[in-house]
Amino acid sequence: MSPQNQMLLAVLAPVLGAVGVALAHRKPDLREALSFVAAFVALACVLALAPGVMAGDRPELQLIEILPEVTLAFRLEPLGILFALVASVLWPISTLYSIGYMRGNDEDHQSRFFACFALAIACTLGIAFSANLLTLFLFYELLTLVTYPLVTHHQDDEARRAGRVYLGILMGSSLTLMLIAIVATWSMTGNIEFTPGGVLGSGISNAAIGGLLALFVFGIGKAAVMPVHRWLPAAMVAPTPVSALLHAVAVVKAGVFSVVKIVVYIFGVERIAGLSSVDWLPFITGFTIIAASVVALNSDNLKRRLAYSTISQLSYVVLAAALLTPLSVIGAALHIVTHAVGKITLFFAAGAIYTAAHKTNVSELDGIARRMPWTMAAFTIGALSLIGVPPAAGFFSKWYIVLGAAEGEHWVALAVLAASTLLNAAYFLPVIYAAYFRAPATEGHAHGEAPWPIVVAMAITATGVLALFFGMEFPLSLAKQLVALPS
Amino acid sequence: MIVEHLPALQVVIPLLAAPVIVLLRGGRAGWLIATLVSWAALGIAVALLIQVQSTGVISYAIGNWPPPWGIEYRVDAVNAFVLVLVSLIAAVVLPYARPSIAAEVPSDRHYLVYAMFVLCLCGLLGMAITGDAFNIFVFLEISSLSGYVLIALGRNRRALHAAFQYLIMGTIGATFYIIGVGLLYLMTGTLNLADMAARIADVGETRPVLAALAFITVGLSLKMALFPLHVWLPGAYSGAPTAVAAFMAGTATKVSLYVLMRFVFGIFGMRLDLSALPLLDMLAVLSAAAMIVASLVAVFERDLRRLLAYSSVAQIGYITLGLSLANAEGMTASVVHLFNHAIAKTALFMLVGGILLRAGSDRLDVLAGLARRMPLTCAAVVVAGLSLIGVPGTAGFITKWHLVLGAVQDGHWWMVAAIAASSLLAAAYVWRFVEMAYLRPDTTAKAGEVHMEAPLAWLVPALLMVAASVYFGLDTSWSLGSAREAAAVLMEGLR
Repeated sequence: MSPQNQMLLAVLAPVLGAVGVALAHRKPDLREALSFVAAFVALACVLALAPGVMAGDRPELQLIEILPEVTLAFRLEPLGILFALVASVLWPISTLYSIGYMRGNDEDHQSRFFACFALAIACTLGIAFSANLLTLFLFYELLTLVTYPLVTHHQDDEARRAGRVYLGILMGSSLTLMLIAIVATWSMTGNIEFTPGGVLGSGISNAAIGGLLALFVFGIGKAAVMPVHRWLPAAMVAPTPVSALLHAVAVVKAGVFSVVKIVVYIFGVERIAGLSSVDWLPFITGFTIIAASVVALNSDNLKRRLAYSTISQLSYVVLAAALLTPLSVIGAALHIVTHAVGKITLFFAAGAIYTAAHKTNVSELDGIARRMPWTMAAFTIGALSLIGVPPAAGFFSKWYIVLGAAEGEHWVALAVLAASTLLNAAYFLPVIYAAYFRAPATEGHAHGEAPWPIVVAMAITATGVLALFFGMEFPLSLAKQLVALPS
Repeated sequence: MIVEHLPALQVVIPLLAAPVIVLLRGGRAGWLIATLVSWAALGIAVALLIQVQSTGVISYAIGNWPPPWGIEYRVDAVNAFVLVLVSLIAAVVLPYARPSIAAEVPSDRHYLVYAMFVLCLCGLLGMAITGDAFNIFVFLEISSLSGYVLIALGRNRRALHAAFQYLIMGTIGATFYIIGVGLLYLMTGTLNLADMAARIADVGETRPVLAALAFITVGLSLKMALFPLHVWLPGAYSGAPTAVAAFMAGTATKVSLYVLMRFVFGIFGMRLDLSALPLLDMLAVLSAAAMIVASLVAVFERDLRRLLAYSSVAQIGYITLGLSLANAEGMTASVVHLFNHAIAKTALFMLVGGILLRAGSDRLDVLAGLARRMPLTCAAVVVAGLSLIGVPGTAGFITKWHLVLGAVQDGHWWMVAAIAASSLLAAAYVWRFVEMAYLRPDTTAKAGEVHMEAPLAWLVPALLMVAASVYFGLDTSWSLGSAREAAAVLMEGLR
């Protein structure tokens, strides 16, 4: 099969999977089997594509000419395949987890859940493969729309309110600022294809570049740079698998992926490095990193704590891209991968605790490791990765971001990274300490581990966090292609 | 050869069909004739468009009186596009109209509905095809008078009030238009549009010419419901039978918009330096006001049909905003939005017809949990709604892209902000329906009423239009291509 067909099939497989899920809604076992089939087909396609990209292929697929000279098109490049790998590897694992969670908690509307879940993956892969801003924008908006039913899954007042915030911020920012940024790029350069080295010519003023960057960064609400971050904690009303795959991996990573991709392929790292009109971005993201960490520190609700931790970690990626040094861009790409694997493990653990013990608050977790040893082991590994302790994968991406900041002699960024590492430790370690070393509360019902699919899924991702530390070679060489590209 | 008489047949067939329907006096026969006529009209319009795109402007002398003395039918890239649009909407709405009219209008009046429907179609097609300023007035009156009757046939008494209001305002609009045409005739001595465009250069920026511009602009603005002259529209669309509302929402205002484009750019633009007059600025401000104020009203409307009607007023603002930009991108946006908005809004009104049939009301609070009972209908409303918002992948996005591009090119950042604000408000009013239909518990369902979609005859045409509003958001070669050609023709008229 040609790479073009593989790309198409990777996006279509989840769509067909969603149709199958909807049709098989009366037969849960068949339905879940279909989810898996779609997930593995998509995964196989993406895996088959990876070696080619590694070897320097950039397969391209033109679909339809939507606007004159602008086509709906896919083109694979290192950052895209990296993101596609993250999404497609984690999808089957979270499907396994979702089955355990949705059945364990007796949730309603499971068919709608699995169908929308699959559609969200299709959109995510579409974003990863996109060859130009219009294609990216199309799948970006679709991703918001298909995840809306997941956020409002419980259909109560709280879900409705969260849905409004979710949709209001994500669509509000993208349909205004991002669209304007894309149109302005088109108007100024006549080119919105992702091009190595960027598309900005020399005739564009520095002020315009700064304005454009601001429109993109705040227009891409999914990257959750403050003040457009509020949708993320709101989305936590969704069932935990949604929070895990979508609001720790697919949706938020689609946001930071878009930012990195636009910085690298639209602005061009070398073109805008050192411009005074873009040097505000490290400060905004630095503020987001610290402020979100402080909020996480003060959140007793475990999912909320993880959500704010996500906001903070997303800004790592944007900060790394904004430092505009080759090493920091590598760090940004790697952090998309490592944070995804680490954070999905943490959310899996939070969902496992909720399913088995019906506990949502950090203050209720005293001694829980005795009853749920697997869960807390996975949680610990995930937390260590986020703090950046070897041998967890998070160490590597942080290392490159720090190197990049040092290379660019950006001392404020270095200070932010140091402070944030302390804050990460401050909001994760007490959870681990309480779970292992505090005496369990005497009252409360007896419970053991969560259902086996949950535990297996969690074990896989936790192992992945460790495996990635030793297997960093592959993502690293992909990320290096990103900056080694001729410009 | 019949082919050379196509321009005349475009108008004559529906015109002759009307008395035939009245003479036959049968609802079924009337419907059949009307449907066949609308399909024939669509065929002719498509043939004309193809002919225009391959061989250029078609000029047809009625009764063989050569222009400018006789009446000339003149088809170019602009009005061929409008002809296809109008006849397409009629051809899709009429199959839908049969069950819908049967449910909403007493059976002894069915033949009247279809007679008036084809007359209205005839008037709208005539306005679009003719190249004669007075002839436009005649067809404007034909379409308006039949339109008043169609609206008054709505099932409750509000329809009468709405029809009367529309009658008064529409008559004022038509009168203003004819006063303007009279002034132009006085100055140029011709009624033929092409001739007028050539001769107006000799008269200069005289007071009567400026007065004519003012009268014609205001008159047509009334007919096309440009804010703040839109007050007749919400009542008319929500009072009329839904098939009529679906047809008029897609066509009536659009044809008046086309005539305005013709006059402002095709005739006055030849002589007057439009950018030196306050006309375009006023149009821009009113358009932006329409986009924001009418959308805001829609956000707080209680009835679905009134919500959609106010959304129409806002969407008309998009079209006139594109005109006011007077550059290629803006003009393209205007022309293509004639089409893109028509298909989405027609689809929505047809879907609301089905909702009215099943839920008995279109009050939003009655529609709680509707998605469980009418999943297809609700999903279709959402998709068409996405086109109103301008989400990429729908036809509405294509318009918005060009509109924003046109505004950015000329550095009109306040317009960009207005477009952005308006699409957010559109999202808000569409999402009111979504929350109500999907996220509220179903309070009204009785036992046994688990699943009751509208009948297929209602659903299929509506779903076709919804599919079209997605299709034309992805494959734009026809819609955007035609609109670009039309915009180029209009831009030629500018000095």
